[in-house]
Amino acid sequence: MLNEYLLEMHHINKIYPGVVALDDVSFKLKAGMVHVLLGENGAGKSTLIKIISGATLKSQGLIILDNEEVDILNPREALDLGVATIYQELNLVPQLTVAENIYLGREPVTKSGLIDQKRMMQDVTEILNSLGANIPPESKVSSLGIARQQMVEIAKAISIQMKILILDEPTSALSHHEIEQLFSVIRKLKENGIGIIYISHRLEEIFEIGDCVTVLRDGKVMGNFPVESVKLSELIRLMADREVHDHFPKQEAKPGAEILQVEHISRKGILHDISFSLHKGEILGISGLMGSGRTELARVLFGVEKADTGTIFLNKKEVRIDSPREAIQNRIAYLSEDRKVQGLILKMSLENNISLPGIKGITVIGIIRKEAEHRLAGRYVNELHIKATGLDQLAESLSGGNQQKVVIAKWLVCQSDIFIFDEPTRGIDVAAKVEIYHLMNQLTARGAAIIMISSELPEIMGMSDRILVISYGRIAGEFLPKYCSQENLLECALGVDHAVN
Amino acid sequence: MQLIERIPVYYRRQLGTLLGLLGLILIFWIMTPYFLTPSNLLNIARQTSINAIIAIGLTFVIIAGGIDLSVGSMLAFAGVVTAGALNLGIPILGSMIIGISVGFLCGAVNGVLIAWGHLPPFIATLGMMSIARGAALLFTGGRPISGFSVSFRFLAEGDFLSLPIPVYIMIGLYVVGHFVLTRTKIGRYAYAIGGNEEAAVLSGVPVKIYKLIIYGISGALSGIAAILLTARLNSAQPIAGIMYELDAIAAAVIGGTSLMGGEGLLIGTLIGALIMGVLRNGLNILGISSFIQQTIIGTVIILAVLIDMFLKRRKK
Repeated sequence: MLNEYLLEMHHINKIYPGVVALDDVSFKLKAGMVHVLLGENGAGKSTLIKIISGATLKSQGLIILDNEEVDILNPREALDLGVATIYQELNLVPQLTVAENIYLGREPVTKSGLIDQKRMMQDVTEILNSLGANIPPESKVSSLGIARQQMVEIAKAISIQMKILILDEPTSALSHHEIEQLFSVIRKLKENGIGIIYISHRLEEIFEIGDCVTVLRDGKVMGNFPVESVKLSELIRLMADREVHDHFPKQEAKPGAEILQVEHISRKGILHDISFSLHKGEILGISGLMGSGRTELARVLFGVEKADTGTIFLNKKEVRIDSPREAIQNRIAYLSEDRKVQGLILKMSLENNISLPGIKGITVIGIIRKEAEHRLAGRYVNELHIKATGLDQLAESLSGGNQQKVVIAKWLVCQSDIFIFDEPTRGIDVAAKVEIYHLMNQLTARGAAIIMISSELPEIMGMSDRILVISYGRIAGEFLPKYCSQENLLECALGVDHAVN
Repeated sequence: MQLIERIPVYYRRQLGTLLGLLGLILIFWIMTPYFLTPSNLLNIARQTSINAIIAIGLTFVIIAGGIDLSVGSMLAFAGVVTAGALNLGIPILGSMIIGISVGFLCGAVNGVLIAWGHLPPFIATLGMMSIARGAALLFTGGRPISGFSVSFRFLAEGDFLSLPIPVYIMIGLYVVGHFVLTRTKIGRYAYAIGGNEEAAVLSGVPVKIYKLIIYGISGALSGIAAILLTARLNSAQPIAGIMYELDAIAAAVIGGTSLMGGEGLLIGTLIGALIMGVLRNGLNILGISSFIQQTIIGTVIILAVLIDMFLKRRKK
C-alpha cells in the first residue's frame, strides 16, 4: 500500500543545553500540498526545518521519508533524499552565472573531462522555462534581483529532483507582483506532486497559498488544520496564548518627567514616522517581529545608523546623535541583541570589558589607573553577582547570563540615564533572567528609563509599564499591559489589526 | 607547576616561546662554543635591535586587527630624509625628529586610508610599501647618502657600560611600548578594535582616530629603526629595509600575537625577534649557506605558529 505522506515526523524532540526546542513534535506532509508552519519567533519552526534539511540533528524521534525510516545527518544527505531548502538568506554564489550556480558541485562533464557547457545551458533553460521564469542562464546571479535569485534557487531544487521543498519566509523581501509570480510557481510545483513546507509571518498568505497549517508554540504542536476549516483569530490565539509560568518580579516605579522624546523618525524602507516618548522610571516595552524595524530603531537612537528625518529630544532639548560615542556622552546605553558579536570583546578580560565605555573616568592623560579599574570592576562583579574565577577571566569563558551582566555593568559604569535593552534575556537560563529583571527594577527605581525590545511576549507583558508594537517599520499600536493580552500584541505585530488601545 | 600557576594567564603563552629561544641557544652552544661568547651575544643584540624595534609597531598594528607591509619602505624613506637633514647641517636631534616624523606621517596616511577610506590594511600598506620606496629613491636620485659625524654614528656603534647603545634604545622602547600597550588607552583600544571592532564602536571607542594613531606609531618606530640603521652603516640607502616587514611580522607571530587581532604581548615579540636573530647568527657562525638559512627560518616560523595553534585547540 502506498503511503499518502511524503514525509512523516513522529515524536521529534530536540534538546539544546538548557532548552527544549522541540517537544514531542509530530508532523506529516502530503505530496502536492503546501503545509504552512506557523509560530512566533522561537516557537520551534526553524529547528524543525533544520532537522528536515540536515542542518541539525534531532535528539529523539522518527523520520519517515517515502516509506523508509531515515536519519538525515547533514545537508548533503537531505539533498540526496530530495529535500531542498530555500532560506531567507539565499545560498548562491553571486559571481557565478545562473547555470553555474544551479549545477554547482555536480557539473556535467564531457568525455574529455571538461564542463559540458552546452548541456548545462540546455537543461537550465528547460527548467527555467517550465517555471515560466524569463532568466537567461548565462547571466550572473549578482545582476539579478532577489525574486529572480529565488527562482534560481527553486530551479536548482528542481534540477536535483526534489520531492520536498522548504521555503523559509520566501516573501519577506518581495513586492506584491513578485509574490504573485512566486505563488504561481508554487502552484506548478504542487501539480508535479512536490510537497512544500512553507514558513511565513504574513498570515494572509496562509489562506492564499496554504493547504494545511500546523501551529507551533514553545516547541510544541498546538494544532493541525486544513486551511479551509480554520479562522485567523483561532490561529493567533494558538500562537500567542501561553500560560505565564515565568515569574516576573515587576516593581511598579512611578514614571517621572519625560526624558526622551522621539518625533517623526524615518529611515527609508525600514522605519516610518516613529514618534514616542519615554519617562524616567519607566520600562517601555517594544514588541514586534524580527525584522519589523525594532532593532533598527534602537540603532538609530544610539547613533549607529542615521535616520533620514526626525528629531530626538533629551530632557526637552533637541540633540543630534551621530555616533555611539555621542549617544554615550548623552548617557544613552545600548545592550545589543547579540552580546557576543556586538556587546563583548570576547578575548578581553571581564574587567577590561566592563571599563571600556567609561574608561575616561579612570584615566589620567591617557594612562589607565589600574587600581581604579580593579575597584570599579570588582564593585560591579559583586553588585551584579557575576560569577567568575577572577577579574582577569576572559569574557569568552563566562556563561551567557554572566556575559549579559558584564554588558550591563559596562553601562552602569557610565551612569546612563536611558538603557536600551535589545533582547536582554535571550539565551540565558531562568535564574539569570530573573536577576536581570531585578536589575531593571533597580535601574528604574533609581530614575533611569528603559526601552526593552523583546520577542518574548510574556517578558514584554510582565516587565513593561507601557508597550509599543512595531510592525513593518511603523508603530502599529500602544498598549498598557494591564489592559491587553498577548493575542492583542501579536495581532498588532502581524499587522492584522491596526487598533490602538 | 606551581610556579607556572603564579604567572598571570596572559604571560604563560610567552613561556613556551622563551623555552624555544633557550633551546635554540643551547643547540648552537653545543655545536659551536664561540656562539655563547659575550662578544657574539652583544653582536646578536645589536643586530636584533632594528628588527625588534620595527616589530613593536607591527605588534600594535596586528593586535588592532591590521597588518603593515610598508615598514621596510618607510624605514628607507625616513632614513634618507634623516640623512638629508644631517647633510643640511641640521643638528642630530632635529634630524632625528624629522626622520621619525616622516615615518609617523607615512603611517598616519596608512591609518587614514584604512579608517576613513575603508581600504583593507593589506592593500593600503602594500601601496605605501611602493610609494615610500619610490619616495626614498626619488629623494636621493637612487644613490645612497653616506658619511656622518662620529657623534651620530655613536647611536649605533657606541657602548655604554659595555652594552651597545641600540640595545638600550631597544629595551627602552620595549618598556615604553609595553606600558602603552597594557596601561594606556591606546593599548586598550588596540586590543578592543582587534578583538571586536563592532563592539568597540558600540562602546564608544573612537576607532578611526585610534587606527590612525596605531599605524602612525608603526611608522614612527620604522623611523627610529631607520636612524639606527643609517648610523650603523654610516650610510642611508634608498633600498634599505627590503623584506624587513616579513622579519617583523615573524617576530610578532612567533611571539604569540594572533594575526586575527586582539591578542598578543610585546614580551613575546621581543623573544620572537631574538629567536630570529639567534637563528641568523648561529647559522652564520656554522657557515650554513644563506639559501639554506632562508629555508630554515621559514620552517621555524611555520612550526612556531603550528605549535601555538595546536596548543590553543587542545586547551579548548
